[in-house]
Amino acid sequence: MAVISFTLNGQTQTVDAVPDMPLLWLLRDTLALTGTKYGCGIAQCGACTVHMDGAPVRSCVIPIAGIAGKNITTIEGLSSPVGQSVQRAWLESDVPQCGYCQSGQIMSATALLAQKSQPTDAEIDSAMNGNICRCGTYQAIREAIHRAADYVATNEKDGGVA
Amino acid sequence: MNTVLPFKIDRRRFLKASTITAGGFMLGTAWLPDLLAQPGRPAAPLRPDAFIHIGTDDVVTLIINKPEVGQGTETSVAMLLAEELECDWSKVRTEFAPIDAAYGAMQGSVGSSGIRTSFDPMRRTGAAARMMLIQAAATQWGIDPVRCRAENSMVIDTETNNSLSYGSLAEAAALLEVPSDIVLKDPSQYRLLGKPMLRRDAPAKINGTATYGIDMNLPGMVYAVVARTPVPGGTLLSFDATASKAVPGVRDVFEIPQGVVVVADNTWAAISGRRVLEMQWDAGENATLSSVGISQRLAELVAQPGVVALDEGDANAAASNTAKTFEATYEVPYLAHAPMEPQNSVALVTTDSCEIWTGTQMPGVAHLTAIQTSGLQPAQVKINTLYSGGGFGSRGGGPVVAESIEVANKMLGTPVKLVWSREDDMLYDRYRPASVVHFKAGIDATGMPVAWTGRVSCSSFAGLRDGIDREAVAGLAEIPYEFAHKHFEYQEPGIKVATNYWRSVGHSQNTFFTESFIDELAGQANKDPVAFRRELLANQPRMLGVLNLAAEKAGWDTPLPAGRFRGIAVVNCFGSYNAQVAEISLEQGEVRVHRVICAIDCGTVVNPAGVIQQAQSAIVYGLSAALRGSITFENGRVQQTNFHQYEPLRMKEMPVVEVHMVASNDVPTGIGEIATPAIAPAVTNAIFSATGNRIRKLPISLALAT
Repeated sequence: MAVISFTLNGQTQTVDAVPDMPLLWLLRDTLALTGTKYGCGIAQCGACTVHMDGAPVRSCVIPIAGIAGKNITTIEGLSSPVGQSVQRAWLESDVPQCGYCQSGQIMSATALLAQKSQPTDAEIDSAMNGNICRCGTYQAIREAIHRAADYVATNEKDGGVA
Repeated sequence: MNTVLPFKIDRRRFLKASTITAGGFMLGTAWLPDLLAQPGRPAAPLRPDAFIHIGTDDVVTLIINKPEVGQGTETSVAMLLAEELECDWSKVRTEFAPIDAAYGAMQGSVGSSGIRTSFDPMRRTGAAARMMLIQAAATQWGIDPVRCRAENSMVIDTETNNSLSYGSLAEAAALLEVPSDIVLKDPSQYRLLGKPMLRRDAPAKINGTATYGIDMNLPGMVYAVVARTPVPGGTLLSFDATASKAVPGVRDVFEIPQGVVVVADNTWAAISGRRVLEMQWDAGENATLSSVGISQRLAELVAQPGVVALDEGDANAAASNTAKTFEATYEVPYLAHAPMEPQNSVALVTTDSCEIWTGTQMPGVAHLTAIQTSGLQPAQVKINTLYSGGGFGSRGGGPVVAESIEVANKMLGTPVKLVWSREDDMLYDRYRPASVVHFKAGIDATGMPVAWTGRVSCSSFAGLRDGIDREAVAGLAEIPYEFAHKHFEYQEPGIKVATNYWRSVGHSQNTFFTESFIDELAGQANKDPVAFRRELLANQPRMLGVLNLAAEKAGWDTPLPAGRFRGIAVVNCFGSYNAQVAEISLEQGEVRVHRVICAIDCGTVVNPAGVIQQAQSAIVYGLSAALRGSITFENGRVQQTNFHQYEPLRMKEMPVVEVHMVASNDVPTGIGEIATPAIAPAVTNAIFSATGNRIRKLPISLALAT
């Protein structure tokens, strides 16, 4: 067991856990943050995507020994203007079907737009290729990311009001 | 015909509901068609039921009897109720129904049946409630109810413009008898039906608050995973749990009928404990099972006489006596369902109760499973249906529910979350069966086929009746194309691999077979694939309708840019009609699907946004399988364990999908599975157009590589 401190959705968090336990299971089972989903356990599907210091990572393969001192954001803590634009666009484009992959999709899309405010289709395809959706919502996701990009651009023009 | 009988409100049930909804009104119906009803079997007895709760606070709660597995019925069934109820859509709540016979047999989300079985009953339920609320208002005002209309959860006196809210009328309305002469709205007056409506479940699914089965969390809950036989049908000889029990967080290791269970404080500890579990298995009779052997077995059987499933005219003679004959054999592999959420179930068993929380397509089956596995009485067993992270036929309410109860039976009073890892979900799925078909057509002197004969060998997955699995021959033993002579046979291969329904069921493989062979016959006749189909579908107006719509929208008769090619396929399944044109190119030996034009006739469209979603979804599901999907066996073991070896379509491969609906006032038919079957043959027919290479064995990636 190891005592590890990190920042989770803006709050300092200290846990005493097995150091090789993936962050995914710490979030879901220990901290009851179940918005982050288990899909494959081997970083193939992206359902477990969270932000670590702003970058999208697959929490199913990040041992908690590796998160000490890091800043972790999950879907429950997605409060940035970009994140809120993405969620708004997701609703307006009516993206989710079963919805199970969508937390991961939204975290990946938010990280993309934070880096690249007006991504091309090719850039969207690259950034989102690690997130599998078995319901086939990819076309709606492409549309929603463009829509979110428009909101982000409008927000910036208006002084960043989400 | 549906029988409409009035009933008195059951006061006890009404009061019970009132405690939930802060006073109000419950309306029951027994109009729900019995999904499993057999001809001649008496209809289920009528009994009060609850689809609509109206609180005195004006909140309308609609009870949805179809689990939401992604197909959108939480929204579309609510639309049916709300349209006729004339309630304020923005204030509607939805809840999933408990297990009750009045909610229909098995309360399933299967067979593209959601709208088909709900359209009339739910509209009638909503209309009955509206009429009762109007009657209650008219009585209070002392006027004739014909003076009243309902709108936005209000009853309005059209002469005085006085109004009363549904909440204020609910208790009086609840005491009235259900009217027997239900008046449904004229479709021209619809405010919701036929309009694209956003999904009701979307807000919770974009912020992480939607609760799927795997998210269920109870105080004191433990986590369990099961180690099962590596070969289907194998038996456990012995196990040693010493190393497992030394893993931090592991609480116990014991045997259940399905294998050895590791119980722990969290999922990771359970998985870690299972990893070091030592077990000896007897592989049993499947020890040498291999995909090569299965293919050989199926191919041998389609060369031998089988059970006759279709016989019209004198097909076998005609197929041999015509000007020429044409034969071809096609094959598809086993497929896993691989929903994003692996199978899971939470069980809490006590000496006199069993409660289950799970995402399932079949809550009724889950209930039966729980009764059998717990040994308790039906009333002691409760099923809580949560969201499912996809189903596609995998969530039948059986195996994982049973496993969770087997564990909970040994831990009375402790809630157990039993989770299948992705590997479990892929290795222990009940698969879409592999199938081989052989066709032989007799062709006349003009080049047109006059005789269609064939035989399929495919493991029974829906049950044998008179030696025939009707799902294994779906779309083969009742083809829409017109031939003077038709004959079709079935061969059950006796392979001991667990099989099950997979999105679009028998059509998932059989449409690839028929639409490939039809395309080949068009080539034999030297005719354009669309023109050829039109000739053979001359008496099938709805098939022709989607065929022509897809061809028109795709610009079938106009040239494509260099390097692009088209293929077409058409299907009739679950009462609906679908044609697809796939536009492809070939790049370094791999196929790239750029655009899919999808024409659908599903009768009356309830939620066009939902139809578009389901069409896109079904196409992606079918295309994933067509391109790469294959579950294979070697030494009895499944060789694909996770998404790196069974890789669904990804974003980079997503074609542009255009969905076009045939305007129709026909009764609504299925939509959830309709667009899965045609995509594989549309793509392989396009590949033939590009290369002259006829792909007769899926998946496409393997066929192109060899």
